[in-house]
Amino acid sequence: MIEHHLDDDMLQQYAAGTLAEGWSVAVASHLALCPACRSKLSVLESVGGYFIDSETADETDVSQSWESLKAKIDAGQMDKVVPIKNRSASDQTYPEPLRTYIDAAGGLKWRQLGRGAAQMMIPTGDETTKVRLLMIPAGQPVPEHSHRGVELTLVLDGSFSDEVSTFARGDVEMADDSLMHQPKADAGKDCICLAVTEAPLRFKSRFLRLIQPMLGI
Amino acid sequence: MNMEMPLRTGLLRATCAKAKVWPTSSSGGARKVGQLEEEPVSLDAERIKALMSAVADSRDIGAFELLYRHFYPRVRSYMVKMTRGNRILAEELAQETMMRVWHKAALFDPSKAQASTWIFTIARNQMIDSVRRALRPDFDPNDPAFVPDEFVAADLLIERKQSAAALGRAMTTLKGRYAEVLRMSFFEGLTHSTIAENLNLPIGTVKSRIRLACEKLRTALQDEAK
Repeated sequence: MIEHHLDDDMLQQYAAGTLAEGWSVAVASHLALCPACRSKLSVLESVGGYFIDSETADETDVSQSWESLKAKIDAGQMDKVVPIKNRSASDQTYPEPLRTYIDAAGGLKWRQLGRGAAQMMIPTGDETTKVRLLMIPAGQPVPEHSHRGVELTLVLDGSFSDEVSTFARGDVEMADDSLMHQPKADAGKDCICLAVTEAPLRFKSRFLRLIQPMLGI
Repeated sequence: MNMEMPLRTGLLRATCAKAKVWPTSSSGGARKVGQLEEEPVSLDAERIKALMSAVADSRDIGAFELLYRHFYPRVRSYMVKMTRGNRILAEELAQETMMRVWHKAALFDPSKAQASTWIFTIARNQMIDSVRRALRPDFDPNDPAFVPDEFVAADLLIERKQSAAALGRAMTTLKGRYAEVLRMSFFEGLTHSTIAENLNLPIGTVKSRIRLACEKLRTALQDEAK
């Protein structure tokens, strides 16, 4: 049973289409595991429908537009056909859309972080975030991997606990730099998480990039 | 033979779907189309649902024309805002959205959502793809790892059907400052931090308004369902 859900403000941005791709990977992967948040999402999407409904229709050029669309339909112009994915039920640890991102990166490739912990960076088209998988050995502390900004962690396997709560498969933890805690993977099973963090700002100027560490930004 | 005959017959069939009468006179049909061109089309939810199933089940292009005349201008206003006023691109994207509605009509499930909500999600995905040039990661109900909804009881389905009207009522009772942030997010495509900048508010205030708005909407819907 999932106990830690997505924040409404993140779900709302996902519904509106304004959430960056990196966060959306984690949001959509949580949604795959959480019927309760999917139900909240459909309420939010109906807010989008409400705004479409309440828009005053400007009738200019509607007929021309219809005639040209009709011509396309008559000419048999088809929409792009989306190929059906080949699914293997072998490993259900990674729900869609995460699975597709892992496959696009050439499958699971763990890089050791020391003390048995490992990570895999997940490439996305989004430069504002960093997305990675983390594997924390059972009973070990979660390694430090972010020093500033917001961080979203989605548990995929095993569980981890801090002073207050336990997070198991499907649970989401939102943290920012004000949160001081040292979570530990629970004994018995290695813990696999998806972690999304804000990417450090990248400056176009070489000079700014050079002094960035000194400015602490 | 008039090239537009199939369109007009189809349109009449849709117009008269409730009466189950298929008129044979084509001149009457031509006049009807003429009238439509002059008057804005506004359809109620029940009618939209009937037209959507006519498109899905029998590829009824006349029914689709009515849907097009209702939704295209609305989707176009959405796209005008999303493209920051690029009307030519907005028209192209709104047409593309409606093309997808035509092709995907069979995937629309009226027991799960309003047609306008479904069309909003198609327009939104089109916007992310063509305006933001980004991917929209989405879950997949056919994925073996997907956790399906628990059994939906029949009375819950009825609640869902009522919830569209209930949501409309809830939205109109929402205080201005809550409706404003929702609108800026959904219909102007602004991120929460941009909304904060535009309204000269701390980001935390915008986020808490969004959370409160979500909470109020859910409470209003639950109260109606009781």
